[in-house]
Amino acid sequence: MFDTLSAILEALPYLLEGALVTVGIVIGAMGIGLIIGIHMAVGQVYGNRTVRWAVGFYVWFFRGVPVLVLLFLFYFGLFALMGLNLSAFAASTLVLGMTTAAYQSQIFRGAMLSLPRGQFQAARALGMSDLTAIISIILPQALRFSIPGWSNEYSIILKDSALAFVLGTSEIMARSHFVASRTYHHLPLYITAGCLYFILTWLGIRALLKLEEKVRIPGYAR
Amino acid sequence: MLAKEAMTMTQEKPILRVENISKTLGGKEILNSVSLSLNKGELKVLIGPSGAGKSTLLQCINFLLPPDSGRVWLDGVEIQNRRKRDLYAFRQQVGMIFQDFNLFDHLNALDNVSIALRKVKKMRRPEARDRAMAELERVGLGDKIDLYPAELSGGQKQRVSIARALAMDPKIMLLDEPTSALDPELIGEVLSVIHDLAHGGMTMLLATHQIAFTRSLANEVIFLENGIILEQGTPAELLSPNACTRSRDFCSRLDDLYKEKA
Repeated sequence: MFDTLSAILEALPYLLEGALVTVGIVIGAMGIGLIIGIHMAVGQVYGNRTVRWAVGFYVWFFRGVPVLVLLFLFYFGLFALMGLNLSAFAASTLVLGMTTAAYQSQIFRGAMLSLPRGQFQAARALGMSDLTAIISIILPQALRFSIPGWSNEYSIILKDSALAFVLGTSEIMARSHFVASRTYHHLPLYITAGCLYFILTWLGIRALLKLEEKVRIPGYAR
Repeated sequence: MLAKEAMTMTQEKPILRVENISKTLGGKEILNSVSLSLNKGELKVLIGPSGAGKSTLLQCINFLLPPDSGRVWLDGVEIQNRRKRDLYAFRQQVGMIFQDFNLFDHLNALDNVSIALRKVKKMRRPEARDRAMAELERVGLGDKIDLYPAELSGGQKQRVSIARALAMDPKIMLLDEPTSALDPELIGEVLSVIHDLAHGGMTMLLATHQIAFTRSLANEVIFLENGIILEQGTPAELLSPNACTRSRDFCSRLDDLYKEKA
């Protein structure tokens, strides 16, 4: 018992450092996904046929292939082919970012489609270009309505980030595995790893709930 | 030559001229070659059964729905709706009021009015604010500027949307059944704003079922049915009790309907 505790305590600083790496991957990936995802959603809702087709293809591809396969495919294959020499950290962040972009685009698209069409009409009737109307009227509302779906996506990406371990990124999972296989304290270390993911999920979702409350439009029901 | 020019100068030129607008939606002909014109300060009222094409006509005039054919002139200049810049400039001069208000839900009353001033007219924030404030006071909402659409009544929302349109200094206004989505007790406050606008000389094309309002204020009534203008004339000509017109028939049936309700 004491043995187990001290094993955990001994490994904890090392694992917490790993947690920072995990947080880095997740923030990076969610950020990339946010930026690409918004553009793709706008393209899919308001774009011409070619744009809609391109976005549809992207989403189909990234939703259709397992993240693990994508990680290997890009890290050992496509990135090298493109002449990119990325670290394991950068590669996993990028691949997870591109994957979540596909999912996020559909969250934003759904939110945009749920807005009453009349507001876009009213914006155009005031002389706004489509782009101005999208930026000033559509997105501020669609993004608010996307927060619940987005926090879902956050919790998924957080846990998918454990897969970055296969590329040799030294995040929570990789470090737990490393210590466990060296000290044979498998159970306590993986429990600790699980707890770290659990805490990070909880913190992130709490923060997003706070954000949702902060940007809530007055008069709307909770 | 000079005399001829003087003649055309004095002859009143319509501020809005619409010619031969046709529109087919989903295989159904909604508008069939509709033409009309408005002189400065005129209030013309579009009446007709639902599905007659009133909304479609108003939306075709400012190209929210691009017409299949037809031409539009504002102040004698034909609108080239394929040139985006011209189209946006034209729309700024045409205030549009919708049946269901279409306020921007994420903005309070003040920002609803000022956002187009900032984003379209590129006004600075304080100037846009002052202008929006003035317009909201004009429609009697000076004390509601911080409220969001979800916190306003229907009548207040419609008045905000009128203020939003007025802030752009429109040359004409198109009003698409501005009171149809309102509870009966809220219709009056919106009609009184429109009444004030008419007296202030605003040029307006109004689709409505408010017959009493039409009788007292309209310069001309345009009766639209099945996408064509069936009748057109002063309220006295079309709506007087002994007029044998389709318009009077329609309106008296509307009157009966409201009596039954009341």
